[in-house]
Formats: sequence, C-alpha cells, structure tokens
Amino acid sequence: MSAKLVIGCGAGFAADRLDAAVELVERFALDWLVLECLGERTLAFAHRDRRADPAKGYNPLLERRMRALLPICPRRGTRLLSNMGAANPRAAGEATVRVARELGLAGLRVAVLLGDEVSGVLDPDTPLWEGGRLADRPGLVGANAYLGVEQLLPALATGAEVILTGRVADPSLFVAPMVARFGWALDDWAKLAAATVVGHLLECGMQVSGGYFADPGKKEVPELARCGFPFAEVGADGTAVIGKTPGSGGRVDRRTVAEQLFYEVHDPTAYLTPDVTADFSAVRIEEVGPDRVRVSGARGRPRPPTLKVTVGFDGGFLAEAGVSYAGPNAAARARLARSVLQERMRAVHGFSGPLRIDLVGLRSLHATALCEPPESEDVRLHAALRAGDRATAELLLWEVEALLTSGPAGGGGYRGTIVPQVTTASASLPRERVTPRVEVLEA
Amino acid sequence: MSRRLPLHAIAHARAGDKGDTSNVCLFVYDHRHHPALLRAVAPERLRAAFPKLLRGPIRLYELPHLHGVNLVMESALEGGVNASLNLDGHGKSWSFLLLSLEAELEENEPAPAS
Repeated sequence: MSAKLVIGCGAGFAADRLDAAVELVERFALDWLVLECLGERTLAFAHRDRRADPAKGYNPLLERRMRALLPICPRRGTRLLSNMGAANPRAAGEATVRVARELGLAGLRVAVLLGDEVSGVLDPDTPLWEGGRLADRPGLVGANAYLGVEQLLPALATGAEVILTGRVADPSLFVAPMVARFGWALDDWAKLAAATVVGHLLECGMQVSGGYFADPGKKEVPELARCGFPFAEVGADGTAVIGKTPGSGGRVDRRTVAEQLFYEVHDPTAYLTPDVTADFSAVRIEEVGPDRVRVSGARGRPRPPTLKVTVGFDGGFLAEAGVSYAGPNAAARARLARSVLQERMRAVHGFSGPLRIDLVGLRSLHATALCEPPESEDVRLHAALRAGDRATAELLLWEVEALLTSGPAGGGGYRGTIVPQVTTASASLPRERVTPRVEVLEA
Repeated sequence: MSRRLPLHAIAHARAGDKGDTSNVCLFVYDHRHHPALLRAVAPERLRAAFPKLLRGPIRLYELPHLHGVNLVMESALEGGVNASLNLDGHGKSWSFLLLSLEAELEENEPAPAS
C-alpha cells in the first residue's frame, strides 16, 4: 500500500460530464473516485421524483455513469463513492446491481448508507434558520441531515467496490477515505481540517482544475473543451498535492486553487462540516510542478455539536418567457413590449406578485445593480414570475407569445417554459437523533 | 498622480451563494496591487456602488498571504435561488459585477503587466 492516498473527483454536480470521469480513472491510478452529485435543491427534486415513483429519487444519470465506470473501476483498483443515492439510496444500490449484472460483473458489492432522511424524527416545533418553525411552512417534500465521516466509515469498512449515499456533507465524501486509510482519530481536528480543505477543493470537480475560471486575455485555460477532472495525492499528515488527469485540458495552479478554496465559504476561520470546524485562513498554496499544487496549513477546532438538516418544500412554478427584437430602434421596441406586458399582467389580469422583465442585450443579470444602457441592436425581452398555481404561470407565457402579433413591430423568437420549483430551508438536529445504517447488495 | 482602471485589470474573482448570501473572493495578479484591491472593495464603497442590490451587512475577510479578500454580502441575491427572478439566481456573475468597479492605483503602485 502506497504511503499516499490518491483520490479523484469525477463529478462536481448532478449533471457533470462523464467522459472526463472515465479518462481520469483510465489515465491515473486512483484509490478512490468520488462522484459528488447532490445539491440542496437537487435533493428536494429527488424527493418529488420518489414520491411520484417509489423506485426513483436517485440521480437520473446513475445508470449511465455506472455503465461507463463499473467495467473499469474495479479492474483499476479504484473504489467508487457517490451521493447519487439522493432521496433513495437503496433504489440507487439496486439499480447499480442491475447494471453490474448486465455487464457480467457477478460478485460486485454495493454498500448503501441509509439514515440521512429525517423528516420522521423532526419535531414540528423545530426552528428554521431562516425564521419560523417547521410546522409553519406548508408543502414539506423531505428533510435530510448532513451525515459525515463518522457515519460513512462503517460503509467503507464493508470493503464494497461501490458505496452509495444520500445526503452527506460534500467534503466528508473525500475525508472519509482518508480517515479510513490513515486511521486518524475522529477528534484529530488538525488532520480532519487538512482533509476537509482537500475535500472542499475537489468537491466541485473541474472548478479547481480550470473550469469556472477562464477569462480570455486575462486567465487562459488550455483546451477547455477537454478539461480534466482533479485528483489529490494525500499524505498521512493530511497535506496534499492537487493535480488533474494527465494529458487533459484545463489548469491547476495557485490561482485556480485559491479561487476554489473560498468558493461558497463565509468566515475563512470557521468552515463548518459534520466532522470539524476547519480554519482555511492560513492555508498555503504552492505550485510544485506543472498542474500540481501543494496545499497545507489548515487548522482545526472541534466539530459543531449538531448536524445541519436541509428541508425541502414545494415551491410552485417558475414561468419564464421571452421574445426578441433586433435591428434599428430595437431597444425602444423592446422597452415598449415591456410596458405593454406590465400593463396587461397588472391591469388586465390583476397579477400583483413580483414580475421581472429583463431586456437581455441591454442589461439583465446585473439589472438590479446597474442602470440600463440606452442602445443595443439585439435585445431579448425575458419575463419571469413565480406562481403557486400552473394557471398563473401559463398566463405569463400566453401574454408574452401574444406580443408576436399584438406588440411592437418585428418581435420574434418566442420561447416559454414552466418549471416546477422547490425551496429549501435549514435546521439543526442533535447527532443522536440520526440512526445511520449500512446495507450491502451483491451483483 | 493616481490612475484609475477597472478592477478587472488587476484582479480575478469567483462568486458563490448560500441562500440569500453571496460571497465573492478576489485576488490580485500582482501582490503590489493588494492595497488597491482593499480600497476598491471596501464594504462602504460596495454599498454606495450597488445600493439596490446589496441590501444587507457586508463583511470583508482579508487574506493577506494569498493577496486576496473574501467578501460576504448578506441579502445580496434578490432572495437567492429559492426566490430570485434573476436569470442568474445564484449570483454567479457577481464576481464580474465587482470586477467592473473602478480601482485607483497610487503613484508608487505599478501599472498592470498586460
């Protein structure tokens, strides 16, 4: 066994690329490949999928990913760990076993970690971090506690080639294999903090290896279309070198690592996970070779006393619709369309909720922050509203489409979508209220 | 004499979201521009630049050894991805909103390399 643990990331969100994950496994000897595929809203949507069909509720790409990765991971000595179980880890395990059998991989074992779903144990009086009590909010779709290393270790100890979970803190997916390899105590806060830095850097996939980074002329990324997924070579002291798939596109340097180190981080001295309170403020980032960056210097303090819970609620519908204007006087025609739409929605249909109408090409993403420039010869009106009922959502699409014949001259390119929504809130739960358990399935 | 230039000329940035709170970390390309970065993104300056967007407290964490800062801006995402009607409900583009701010280089601070 090598003195270092090599752990790769082959997905940083639910819809991440697959070909690059296959390349990483084929081109670099990994002990572990982690697929992090579960955002807060992704999980809430998964709960709704499961409610509609009890056999669903796991990552919709699971079978495709397993078909591509199961034939190569065990052969390369790489174990697979993923939160693709989402709202239904057992069904994800069963689906994985089915794929393994199709592929002729008899004997392949899949460990499933259960127990993160806590909607049954939450008290209705549970306070929500956003204000109010759980019982005050209608439309609960699911509640999941963020499990951590402590709950993951028994699943790893099964020796199964594949481990599937539901809600686990993203960095913990990477920290657990390190703890299992190096035998760190669960109160060795310095090591757990060092490992959490590594997990945090890897958990968003290519965001540390050249994705979400390129700014032509300022920050160049070679062969972005062939960007490689990252890996870490971790030492027994928790310090690590971050790299990426050999021969792939992308970039790992002190800048890509620095940007990712503070991605979604608030107080750099107190990054909270179920495992540790990690202090990123003195982390050192050193380039030690081409596309190789060493990270060290994390500090740790005791873990939080409670587990974080994410609660998902039905969120009604988001309606979006657009129509475009181009050529001479396009901005004036788009502005006229905007005022027509506002008047129709308010005065004719009595819609009184928030209605946002952006003029893409003049100002859209930054329209609240900055004023609107006067001119553009290619402008798209983009309207959006949220509604509890589908009929109101449909009304927006109808009114925007009607601008084609009833609005200003030359409008074209109507599109409209209505997408069901979920919302999320957070709560705290004493650790002893979760009852994690592991089931092992065999192909 | 001091010189004015877009912050984008001397710094790079990344934005993240949690609920209605946006965080943007910024780093200078040349460590000698770190003081100019600190001046450009001082919380009171941000609030004055974008009063309709940044409606809550703003905390600035200095990262001197990395020549950067981490800005944490509460009530800065038009309700966040649960509620915002912005096409960019996560505020992913807030990084480049901040990079559009003007920075001012003092006489003893070098011009950017490119």
